[in-house]
Amino acid sequence: MAANGKTIIKVEDLTAGYGDMVLLQDINFEVHTGEIFGILGGSGCGKSTVLKHMIGLKPPLRGSVFIDGTDIVTAEGDERVAVLKKIGVSYQSGALFGSMNVLENVALVLEEFTDLPREAIERIAEMKLAAVGLQDAAYKMPAELSGGMKKRAAIARALAIDPKVLFLDEPSAGLDPITSAQLDHLILDLSESLHITFVIVTHELPSIFAVTDRVIMLDKQSKTVIASGAPHELRESADPAVWRFFNRQAAEGRQT
Amino acid sequence: MEGMDTLTYEFQRGQDGQARLGLKGRLDKDTVASIWRQSTLSVRQARSAFLVVLVADVEYCDAAGIALLVEYRRIQEQNKRRIEIQGLRPQFQQLMRVFETAPVPPPPAAPGFLAGFVHSLGELVVRLARDFHAQVNFTGEVVVKLVRTVQHPDSLVWKDMLLIAEKAGANAVGIAALLGFLIGLIIAFQSAASLQKFGAEIFVADLVVLGLLRELGPLITGFILASRSGSAFAAEIGTMKVNEEIDALTTMALDPVQYLVLPRLIAAILVMPLLTLFNELFGLIGCGVVMASWHVPVGTYLDRIGEAATLTDLFSGLVKTLVFGTLIAGLGCLRGLQTETGPSAVGDSATRAVVSGIIAIILADGVFAVVYYFLGI
Repeated sequence: MAANGKTIIKVEDLTAGYGDMVLLQDINFEVHTGEIFGILGGSGCGKSTVLKHMIGLKPPLRGSVFIDGTDIVTAEGDERVAVLKKIGVSYQSGALFGSMNVLENVALVLEEFTDLPREAIERIAEMKLAAVGLQDAAYKMPAELSGGMKKRAAIARALAIDPKVLFLDEPSAGLDPITSAQLDHLILDLSESLHITFVIVTHELPSIFAVTDRVIMLDKQSKTVIASGAPHELRESADPAVWRFFNRQAAEGRQT
Repeated sequence: MEGMDTLTYEFQRGQDGQARLGLKGRLDKDTVASIWRQSTLSVRQARSAFLVVLVADVEYCDAAGIALLVEYRRIQEQNKRRIEIQGLRPQFQQLMRVFETAPVPPPPAAPGFLAGFVHSLGELVVRLARDFHAQVNFTGEVVVKLVRTVQHPDSLVWKDMLLIAEKAGANAVGIAALLGFLIGLIIAFQSAASLQKFGAEIFVADLVVLGLLRELGPLITGFILASRSGSAFAAEIGTMKVNEEIDALTTMALDPVQYLVLPRLIAAILVMPLLTLFNELFGLIGCGVVMASWHVPVGTYLDRIGEAATLTDLFSGLVKTLVFGTLIAGLGCLRGLQTETGPSAVGDSATRAVVSGIIAIILADGVFAVVYYFLGI
């Protein structure tokens, strides 16, 4: 929540799809340093697709994604590694490596990318787990964790090399309201204390209002961004699709 | 936050058991690596009653830097000595508050060698006993349901069974024929070279045809079925188990054994003799190629085959294949149903299906050898 107005991510004319099929067209938005930014929309509107393009997992049909000044779409070799070190990603399922315990999951990237001695790496991994409240689960295997613990472990792993931007794909999906609220608090705490920029893909309204500073909303029909701004502004939007989303209305048109 | 990209430290022992450790520069994951071992060793060896860590000249600090400061504190506190970190900038103090919490409990201690050996041995025995129990249970369940299916053929999912038979049988004809041809060729070539010394190369036909019909044909085809289809059955059913599809079948009142196991079992039983016949036929062709190269006329070779082997030899081998098919498919499906969770679970099940399938058919082959001996077959 400590945005300083400086742009850290710039998505320019992003057009995405498969073969001839265009899923998203001319997506443009910016994310400022330190803010918690939300990408919203109904099921199948392409939220996760935007995320996958932002983190360089998929090449777009057209357009650019600048992260801290580097276009992740065209970056190769050392430049790509450098930009990937600036981001951390927590996937929807957690995507923890099942053959490693939680501590080893967090330590892996430090072992690969730093010259730190083993005890230092373990200490840092322990601290990251402590930051997400998982220090007691350090030596458990991912299969032994609950859904909420897996999400927190995934965040700890994403935090391992002190990223500038943390991408969270559906962090609250499949969690009970209490665990979901705890996760929201964790995001706010990490934002406040570590000054990390968060990009969160979600459609959970309570989380959107609890944590995000600014959001964009994608629409399946128009295949582009139909609204952007603070969540409480969008709740009063004149656009019927946006209004329905924020006011949980299934039927066409505004109901009173 | 950009500043000096190096880190220096200075350690001084003072009087009255005091020591001062000064850090200067960037305290991040790239620079901390260079001083971690040396500086923590200095702190350990100094055994100072009171350590002052001066960090006012630290320009930048990340989690690795905080980890180093936490490590100094841990060393001092473990030895019941005091520590004070002086001059940490407010933004880094906040970082320290986030990361510095109660230490992580250590991992459970590993047992000693002897205890570990006894523990592992005990686990192995229990696992084998449980596996045997599961196999007996599964065999009973399958036999009962197989008999019921024979009595009521409508209860079989015929479409699945035929599809599986195509995959396990028709699609394996090529490999069964190729392996048969090569085995026939190799055995004939190896034995002909020896028998020729005695002018008995014509008896290669006896050796190959009896070997193929009674032993090698069923066994080699069994190996093919175990490696191709036994593993596939385990992987398919294992993936369904991991995806909770087996649970879904159960709660829909569809019996997984009836719905998944029996089609595979019946398909394997049906295709195994046919594949074996292909294997044996091409084995004899392979042998024939060698015989032709030794200038043995085709007619003579075929006469020799007819004289050496009887229909009893052929059927004694084919009866085995029915049992081999049952064992391979049954164990493949059982391993699939036993699949646990985790990324390697399906792979483990497939491996176990192949290994246990091969062991089972060799054991069964041994039993057949004894039974046939006493029956005079």
